[in-house]
Amino acid sequence: MTETLEKQHLAIETRDMHLFYGHFRAVKDVDLQVIPQKITAIIGPSGCGKSTVLRSFNRMNDFVPSFHMEGEVLFHGQNIYATDVDPVMVRQRIGMVFQKPNPFPKSIYDNVAWGARINGFKENMDDLVEQTLRQAALWDEVKDDLRKSGLSLSGGQQQRLCIARALAVKPEIILMDEPCSALDPIATLKIEDLMRELSEQYTIIIVTHNMQQAARASDHTAFFTMDEDRAGIMVEYGETNQIFTNPRDKRTEDYITGRFG
Amino acid sequence: MPRETLDRQIRQLQDEVLLLGSMVEQALLRSVEALRQRDVAAAQKIIRDDLAINEKRYALENAILILIATQQPMAHDLRLLAAILEVNIELERMGDYAKGNAKVVMQLGDSDIQVPMREISRMAELAVGMLHRSLSAFVAEDATLAHAIPEEDELVDALYNQTYRMLVEQMIARPEMIDHVNLLIWVIHNFERAADRVTNICERTVFIATGELFEMDTDDLEDIE
Repeated sequence: MTETLEKQHLAIETRDMHLFYGHFRAVKDVDLQVIPQKITAIIGPSGCGKSTVLRSFNRMNDFVPSFHMEGEVLFHGQNIYATDVDPVMVRQRIGMVFQKPNPFPKSIYDNVAWGARINGFKENMDDLVEQTLRQAALWDEVKDDLRKSGLSLSGGQQQRLCIARALAVKPEIILMDEPCSALDPIATLKIEDLMRELSEQYTIIIVTHNMQQAARASDHTAFFTMDEDRAGIMVEYGETNQIFTNPRDKRTEDYITGRFG
Repeated sequence: MPRETLDRQIRQLQDEVLLLGSMVEQALLRSVEALRQRDVAAAQKIIRDDLAINEKRYALENAILILIATQQPMAHDLRLLAAILEVNIELERMGDYAKGNAKVVMQLGDSDIQVPMREISRMAELAVGMLHRSLSAFVAEDATLAHAIPEEDELVDALYNQTYRMLVEQMIARPEMIDHVNLLIWVIHNFERAADRVTNICERTVFIATGELFEMDTDDLEDIE
């Protein structure tokens, strides 16, 4: 796969990435190349550093005081951890959706418009809200009452509202940290269908505990596990079809067949 | 996090494949005996027993679908179950060849046709031997053995060609027996095809072991034709 990867532009590339909480090295030596406009799933047992890796892609870990990193995370060829890079700008281009739907206690409209307003969006806000809610496959369900509180929606609708909120600031990449773990199976499938549609325009990186979800919804899969020193390592990365039918590494095989983890 | 339920059920399925394989082996060998003895009653029994082979095939298929639906197998487990589905079909079809031979026995009745029993027995012995070892390789996931077995198909093909010529000569010599001799051509064709299907089983064994799917070249007679 490396050969094909080298020939194309990458959405994100990590080089010799090590992530630390204080003295504890949580993740070590990750060289990951994320393909644009595809869905990349990160899977692995609890504590292997999946979410830490995901959060390092838009500097969300900066909010953890003991956190520091070594190596590089390249976005458009630039290290997002370089001193002259504004993390707020990074998060605008690389958005995030969390495990538990967390709409603001405001109207549906304001939830979507919020980011754009902060960024000084000058064009027609109504159009932006409609377009974004359509992209998030939520428009038809909420169009008659956009003034209703975002919190009055169902869990699945709230999560799609959070996706719309992330989309409204026109990111290139959307990071999803177990976005369906609080949702029922039907709402989960809706989000997965939405991810597939969004991947035509956006790069999506999803952390999931649900292997069936990774198998169903992603194009590429990275398997992480814990090394002997409890640091997370990337064991195998490849096309999802290959990882789930014929993984190269015994540790991947053991994990995805449910014999370890 | 072991998967005892899945592992146990997979072992049971492998046992069932061996059992089905054994039923098919017996049916093929019995069809040769029925032909040698011109035993119509034995032929009728082979035809009846084929129903049990068919039933076992469907039961196995059903068990695999349930396992896939309820256990979500991945990687090696998934390849193994997909391979059993394929092998299951191959075995059932080989059972049909035994049934086809039995029907020939019934159609021949006590006609005074010359049956090349030595050649037919040898073909059956070779094909059944290949089948037996292919199933051992399948269950053991022995890719090396699976690679070696299809080479033996050449012997079966050579015997087929030799016997085919004998039967054609017989047709020329006794045109009034053409219909009956033609039935014997079906018998040797059935054993030739049975050996070809063993190759398919070997391909699935390699698939389970390595994840690679490809056709093993055995100079299949049908390709030559």
